[in-house]
Amino acid sequence: MSDHELRVSKIRDGTVIDHVEGGQALNVLAILGIDGSEGLGVSVGMNVPSDRLGRKDIVKVEDRELSQSEVDVLSLIAPEATINIVRDFEVVEKNRVTRPDGVTGVLSCPNRNCITNAGEPVETRFDVVADGVRCDYCATILRSDIADHIDV
Amino acid sequence: MRQDHLITATQLSRDDIEAVLDRARAVADDPAAYADRHAGRVLALCFFEPSTRTRMSFDSAAKRLGMNTIDMGDVDSSSVSKGESLSDTVRVIEGYADALVLRHPSEGAATLAGERVDVPVVNAGDGAGQHPSQTLLDLHTIREDHGLDDLTIGVMGDLKYGRTVHSLAAALTEFDANQHFISPESLRLPRSVRFDLHETGAQIREHDDLEPILDELDVLYVTRIQKERFPDENEYHRVAGEYQIDAETLADAPDDLTVMHPLPRVDEIAPDVDETDHARYFEQAHNGIPVRMALLDTLLENANPDGDEGTEVGR
Repeated sequence: MSDHELRVSKIRDGTVIDHVEGGQALNVLAILGIDGSEGLGVSVGMNVPSDRLGRKDIVKVEDRELSQSEVDVLSLIAPEATINIVRDFEVVEKNRVTRPDGVTGVLSCPNRNCITNAGEPVETRFDVVADGVRCDYCATILRSDIADHIDV
Repeated sequence: MRQDHLITATQLSRDDIEAVLDRARAVADDPAAYADRHAGRVLALCFFEPSTRTRMSFDSAAKRLGMNTIDMGDVDSSSVSKGESLSDTVRVIEGYADALVLRHPSEGAATLAGERVDVPVVNAGDGAGQHPSQTLLDLHTIREDHGLDDLTIGVMGDLKYGRTVHSLAAALTEFDANQHFISPESLRLPRSVRFDLHETGAQIREHDDLEPILDELDVLYVTRIQKERFPDENEYHRVAGEYQIDAETLADAPDDLTVMHPLPRVDEIAPDVDETDHARYFEQAHNGIPVRMALLDTLLENANPDGDEGTEVGR
């Protein structure tokens, strides 16, 4: 089954996040802070066949366009993702995510003893390293559990 | 060394380290030449955690450069106990001093302080993070005995929380040292330190026991295993007992093995080691003076490139 055969209806306005690594769709929603309570229309396809990835997830969110910081974090857990901005049923922008050098003010440090968790007036800052991110302050490395520390 | 602050050993190149150690040697050879070098300048000692030797060592080093020192005293009696942030505290103290020495229980505290102030900041220990000025004096001690090339070192004890270990391991990568790490499983090097070592391609090996590698070592660096790291006191006694050395342990060690310890020790090095030719931990502690003099001299020189006058009051 190719991509265009997916039985998920087209959206009028919003964002389609395609080519997400299989099994990461719920983390993508977590990054976006979407749990259904905000009333947005959300469609999720998980582990659907993909030529490029073998299996992929796809997330469609109606009436919501992503900010740059959201895309930055998304790139860390879904490096192959494409982001399609849809307006009036047309894809008006199609972007591959790119891994940023760092992310600021988006993740919280998992090290409870980090100065960024001590009530200081400071934004967290993480460097993107080979297979994760690293706190600029305490050097703690965050890998597979990035989605658990999103603070947007 | 062209650095504004000394926050972590990972920021130091081989040239940076050698420049400070060369200067430390010059200071040790002729302390009088440095006696008034920074007269009129003030060093602030900001210790948010108890410290005896590091605090006194910086205090003494500053005074031997002609500086005065101010000390914020115990945290309990300072504004910190009123809930002031570290960011605010260091911004205020910046106006009182030409450089800050900071010890703090949180990892990353010195990085934050360095971002908040324009005067040099020296990290004198941030939680289980880094303690780079200790590393400089450790390297000075090693260099005096063995030089820093072709070195084989064993680091034993609490490698997980030991900030002196984290800084030393990082700095030794600049010299391609063979590093052996001896610890219980639960106190192995943390992921972040391991990451940096692997990034530099460092040769590291981990062991449960000292005995099989003792005869390869030039330096044995022992650290304290702290009781509070173990949920169970019996477990602590069992584990800590396996990482203690005495004169008998060292009977088969190479004659020129140097035994070091950042101090304070509890019972990980028996007093009978003090009488052997291996013991170097007291000299190591004493080396804190010329090394910290050299470090402060370097940072103040970097911060005040136009001359050696004391900085203006009320900047």
